[in-house]
Amino acid sequence: MTKKAFQRIYTQVDQITKATCTVRAEGVGYEELAVVNGRLAQVVKIQEQEITLQVFGGTEGVPTNAEVVFLGRPPALKVGDTLAGRFFNAYGDPIDQGPPIDGEEREIGGPAVNPVRRKQPSELIATGIAGIDLNNTLVTGQKIPFFADPDQPYNQVMATVALRAKADRIVLGGMGLTNDDYLYFRQVFEQAGALHRIVSFINTTEDPPVERLLVPDMALTAAEYFAVDKNENVLVLLTDMTLYADALSIVSNRMDQIPSKDSMPGSLYSDLARIYEKAVQFAEGGTITIIAVTTLSGGDITHAIPDNTGYITEGQLFLRRDTDIGKVIVDPFRSLSRLKQLVIGKKTREDHPQVMNAAVRLYADAANARTKLENGFELTDYDERALAFAKAYADQLLAIDVNMDTQDMLDTTWKLFANHFSLEEVGIKKELTDRFWPENVQA
Amino acid sequence: MTKGKTYSTGRVRGIVSNLVTVAIEGPVGQNEICFIQHGDTPLMAEVIRVEGRRAFVQVFESTRGLQPGMEVTFAGHLLEATLGPGILSRNYDGLMHDLNTMTGVFLKPGEYTSALDLERQWAFEPLAEAGQTVQAGSWLGEVDENGIAHKIMVPFQLEGTYELKSVAASGEYRVEDTIATLTDEQGSEVSVSMRQKFPVKKAVRAYRDKPRPYRLLETGVRTIDTLNPIVEGGTGFIPGPFGSGKTVLQQAISRQAEADVVIIAACGERANEVVDLFAEFPELDDPWTGRKLMERTTIIANTSNMPVAAREASVYTAMTIAEYYRSMGLKVLLLADSTSRWAQALREMSNRLEELPGPDAFPMDLSAIISNFYSRAGTVNLHNGQTGSITFIGTVSPAGGNLKEPVTESTKKVARCFYALSQQRADSKRYPAIDPIESYSKYLEYPELQRTLNQEIDPDWTDKVNQLRNRLIQGKEAAEQINILGDDGVSIDTHLTFWRSEVIDEIILQQNAFDDVDARTPMARQKYMADKILEVVKTPLDFERYEEVNPYFKRVINALKQMNYSEFESEKFNRHLGELKDILGERERELEA
Repeated sequence: MTKKAFQRIYTQVDQITKATCTVRAEGVGYEELAVVNGRLAQVVKIQEQEITLQVFGGTEGVPTNAEVVFLGRPPALKVGDTLAGRFFNAYGDPIDQGPPIDGEEREIGGPAVNPVRRKQPSELIATGIAGIDLNNTLVTGQKIPFFADPDQPYNQVMATVALRAKADRIVLGGMGLTNDDYLYFRQVFEQAGALHRIVSFINTTEDPPVERLLVPDMALTAAEYFAVDKNENVLVLLTDMTLYADALSIVSNRMDQIPSKDSMPGSLYSDLARIYEKAVQFAEGGTITIIAVTTLSGGDITHAIPDNTGYITEGQLFLRRDTDIGKVIVDPFRSLSRLKQLVIGKKTREDHPQVMNAAVRLYADAANARTKLENGFELTDYDERALAFAKAYADQLLAIDVNMDTQDMLDTTWKLFANHFSLEEVGIKKELTDRFWPENVQA
Repeated sequence: MTKGKTYSTGRVRGIVSNLVTVAIEGPVGQNEICFIQHGDTPLMAEVIRVEGRRAFVQVFESTRGLQPGMEVTFAGHLLEATLGPGILSRNYDGLMHDLNTMTGVFLKPGEYTSALDLERQWAFEPLAEAGQTVQAGSWLGEVDENGIAHKIMVPFQLEGTYELKSVAASGEYRVEDTIATLTDEQGSEVSVSMRQKFPVKKAVRAYRDKPRPYRLLETGVRTIDTLNPIVEGGTGFIPGPFGSGKTVLQQAISRQAEADVVIIAACGERANEVVDLFAEFPELDDPWTGRKLMERTTIIANTSNMPVAAREASVYTAMTIAEYYRSMGLKVLLLADSTSRWAQALREMSNRLEELPGPDAFPMDLSAIISNFYSRAGTVNLHNGQTGSITFIGTVSPAGGNLKEPVTESTKKVARCFYALSQQRADSKRYPAIDPIESYSKYLEYPELQRTLNQEIDPDWTDKVNQLRNRLIQGKEAAEQINILGDDGVSIDTHLTFWRSEVIDEIILQQNAFDDVDARTPMARQKYMADKILEVVKTPLDFERYEEVNPYFKRVINALKQMNYSEFESEKFNRHLGELKDILGERERELEA
């Protein structure tokens, strides 16, 4: 990677596909950047003197005598405190008419953290949304996506979570964002007076899809700067990772790789893991938390993208419209936060784990009762009570417009238990019902 | 292995991701290790194909910045594990480099730390005498490693028999010091230290024979030990969709199992899960010895963001370490999470080599590779008459949760215990989500295991296990009938059958891995609870209306659950037992009336 005193210009392009071109050159390093007729490109294959370049902006109009200049370095981002409050494109160039960033240049997509240098995540992130804080508590250093169909308000919920979470810094990586959603994020952050805490890397639907491949690495390089150099708590928002994976499949397809499930490259798991595993709790106190969006097609989580994501991330959050109450709720069955065990009952009140589980179990009983009802069977008294509980539970706790602290969530749940069930039906440890069952509290 | 020999060299010609083609000068071997000189840093790689004068090597590091023309040096050996005292309680990467002695927060390519502490002094006690005939695996002496008698053995790579010319006296030695000298049949001498190396992809065969396993390996997990037990030297696998609790279950087994040594290969999974182990194991007590769990444990961490090629190596490294400790006559438990990630690493490479793909683009020999690996587990009779065992449990992460995929199917052919995690059970928070009916343990059919179970637990144990299983199957059928015909469309007996199986499910199958008491159930308590549950489900009960059945059994289950949460036979436990008796009594009285 030595810098050359002069840069040679190559003009012999042998092969051009929609996303790549092949040029004959010497002394080129793997993953090095190049400029092809003014468009940024990266080395993805070297075979003797044949260098295959992935052209981020697409190859339309690239001629066989295009000028190819190698830059002698992999993709990098200039980092510094002045990143805050700024908007960049996928290459890390400002798109907000502001001045260029003056700072140290860092390679993006750098090496992994040594696992023994990580700390166990232990700080909970309060969002005020009970479907998250009560049932699927988030923890700093966690990585978790929203699994959502395109018509669901995932970007709004994500923006709410980001603003309520007490993060020092928020890094937004937008991939294939519609222009409307991009402006929505800008406006919400501006209104909340939070712009100075936010760094954004934006690739919209108007930009070439292959450029998206740079966005997560850019966002995470900025995040690592704040978390490692400044010991800050950084929250990274990545939306939409499905469009990122689609871009991966475009490139692998152009390179004639054998596709595996759902036309995705065989390396999809490793490619996604490389990004999500940047979430970390550092020993010195800095953290990177990743909240992402993976859009689904008709709720299908067996598709290769959500499937591989689910195996990598520490849980997933599902949004669902509850027709009983006419609101969007965080689905308690399919949602899961794997790291919640590290904080619930420890950083929150001790009855939290059992209350959470009991409520979800009773909500499941209501779902069974509903199936019975749909099949035309008679309901028992218990079924009726379970259904009434489920409606109140969804309305007062699961709905995404809820905003309260964890203590109130727990108290509300105990009240709902007592309103609808007997002590035995709830099935919680006696030590806890003695202290928290509403009648016992008053006594 | 001879020293002083010079090895072949070559130069980089092509690079695609972590596959590098090398123009070779001189002979190279398949799977030989080589180093690519990247500036000042040598990057480790392994030969995976040779064509004419070109070798294809998979690099165990990021290839960013590599250029054609860079120099390659071949090492003359295969990928090896370094074996000796001091492996326990260490954390390694997939190539057995010590993660704790690396510098910096981020991994640096080419930073290859020593697997063993070369400076530490070990108190060596000889076990053999000069003049004895020895062979690979023979015990020459021992050192104390965290309370375990760590045997110093004749290196596994030595073939044939040797005469022990001399062995060191009791005293303090470092791992590289010579502690014995052997003479081979030709009279030439071989010196032996406490450290040896062995290629990870070869099985260690320093034992007399491999009998069928016959002893239960207690895990403290009721649904495993009671219903589908695994045995010392057995193999099992846990397939399940994400969120079904594979890792929680495997970690519970790693904490609780009755093993001398536990090797955990975290293969291509989440880093935070390994951090859990790093954080908790030094604090938690080994329930069998009272020492810290970390003292009996070695963790091989190749998390999903670490280089892919080392992922494949990590499971082999772990197996070789397990074989090393087995040869000392120890009970070793080996856990790999997840074998699917290893298979995916093979797929990525096969794909880059442009091999013709098998099902789901996995390599054609996937099935053979998996069965070969599982076959390295087992109980062995050593040459000196002692026995050792490796029990291996791997998790499988089937794509889309569909068990009809190549990794699950290939594993099912070789692993004798099948613990199917069910999405449905996980969704209704019935943990551990092992499906009691789909899952099986082939070992239950082994007469030798039946004999030991009936001897050590209860003369009728295997019969009781069958009764529990049959009631679960009947309960499932009853549930289906109720679903189809409705609560009032079936007899009260059908409701009873269903709820009796629910008692078994709630009290034996479900277990709270995060509750201090419930997390681990020793075998004596499992026997007690199995008897108690059989008594409950056999109690004749009388109901007039089906509506009474559900609330009644909720109370029965609640009382039993409180027992599960209480210290065995404590005052609290007995109080809930009394409650249970009262509840059962209510219905019996009505029967008499």
